Amino acid sequence: MVLKIGLLGLQGAIEEHEVAVMNAGRTLGLEVQVSRVTLPEQLEGLDGIILPGGESTAMIKQGTRSGLLPKLNSMLAQNFPAFGTCAGAILLSKKVRRTEDSPVTQGAFPFLDIEILRNGYGSQRDSFSTDLMIKGFEEPFEGVFIRAPIISEPGTSEVLASTRGYPVFVRSGKIMVTTFHPELTEDTRIHSLFLKSIIE
Amino acid sequence: MSQKKVLKEYGDVEISLGTTNLKRGFAKMVKHGVVMDVTNPTQAGIAEDAGAVAVMILDRLPADIRAQGGVARMATVQAIKEVIDAVSIPVMAKCRIGHTEEALLLQEIGVDMIDESEVLTPANDASHVWKWPFTVPFVNGCRNLGEALRRIEEGSAMIRTKGEAGTGNVAEAIRHMRLVNKGIREVVATKDDPQELMILAREMKVSYETAKKVADIGRLPVVNFAAGGIATPADAAMMMRMHCDGVFVGSGIYKSLDPERRAEAIVYAVTHWEDDAKVLEAQSMVSERNSMAGLDIESMADENKIQMRGANL
Repeated sequence: MVLKIGLLGLQGAIEEHEVAVMNAGRTLGLEVQVSRVTLPEQLEGLDGIILPGGESTAMIKQGTRSGLLPKLNSMLAQNFPAFGTCAGAILLSKKVRRTEDSPVTQGAFPFLDIEILRNGYGSQRDSFSTDLMIKGFEEPFEGVFIRAPIISEPGTSEVLASTRGYPVFVRSGKIMVTTFHPELTEDTRIHSLFLKSIIE
Repeated sequence: MSQKKVLKEYGDVEISLGTTNLKRGFAKMVKHGVVMDVTNPTQAGIAEDAGAVAVMILDRLPADIRAQGGVARMATVQAIKEVIDAVSIPVMAKCRIGHTEEALLLQEIGVDMIDESEVLTPANDASHVWKWPFTVPFVNGCRNLGEALRRIEEGSAMIRTKGEAGTGNVAEAIRHMRLVNKGIREVVATKDDPQELMILAREMKVSYETAKKVADIGRLPVVNFAAGGIATPADAAMMMRMHCDGVFVGSGIYKSLDPERRAEAIVYAVTHWEDDAKVLEAQSMVSERNSMAGLDIESMADENKIQMRGANL
């Protein structure tokens, strides 16, 4: 069995996720094929999709223009597995705030019942890394947070890790998101978790 | 240099700030995107709406600096703050080459990345800013692999070609990207010959370890953008074709007669550069009559070339 994983290829840290998911497949002994998705027809035949970090505004603009967003939206509505990191997490959130007192808007793919605050920790000089304790993992995981959003309300989602008072890794149904960047470490455990969730 | 902090309010969580991974990681998040030069919050808003991944705030566009002359310095503090408040995408700003104090001020204001830029008047003919101690990442320009690696050895977290800023002429950016690529191929070819690799490292005035890193990974160890003279969607797609990770557009947008459409079109061309039909769609969004007139570089005297600034350091 070959697992076909798509990577939203509009913008951002795409190559890093490619490497991470291929390494995760190798660790699990699974055959994984990764392809970049910028057009709606490239979604055909995929088993799951990764939405990388980058700028969510830029991704929305490009995805809307190419017709990719509506097509992916309808797939996610039918339980299509997705893993979002940072900007990818924003895209998958039901409620998005730009600042603490700005009005709530809907993410591009509002299927995860969480509220998320963009750039929640501040500008790049506030970007940080810290060891995270993740539910089900025996060893800590290095969380790399770059202009990261904050999950201000986890809603009905299962919280798998938290730091500094907020959830940073949540999951609901076939969708999981991290506000940090596992693809910027050598550690492939979170990518493995995503691959396993597709098979189950 | 990274710092560690213990946050007592959250049960002694230990965090690290300003690590190399965080600084280079920031640059990875803008890959496959377009960074646009802006001079005020209105232009910044237009850039954000067009799909820019970041804006670069400066006091005058490179074309105006070139035309007006005088000393070009970091932008007005208030103007930088206004742009930061106006957009949600990252904000970058330029400091003069070697002007550590301007760089510290930009970090203090809270910009997301500092461009130590030859577009401003160089402030130090002996050295660039020593960038390792900063928490905020830097991007630097280069004309070839040696220059790129010397900047990385000083702590730069991202590289861009210098091109020839403010000319609307992409020829120099193409030349610089070609030289970086050629340099990488030459280094990779010496992979199994340490002595040859050392000779190359000495020619480039970089350490053996830095050259070895490039030989091992077959690319720069940081994100590599194109900049300097990009004026049309075709220019931007051309640079992507040369294996850069994204583009900076300086005067090309706001010195054109159709900035909104051009900004969108250039972003579209960068996203879909491998698809000729899509790049044509992007190119069709702009009219050549609206492109900035541009300058011929062949007939330009060397002393008028911005790219030579800081090049031999």
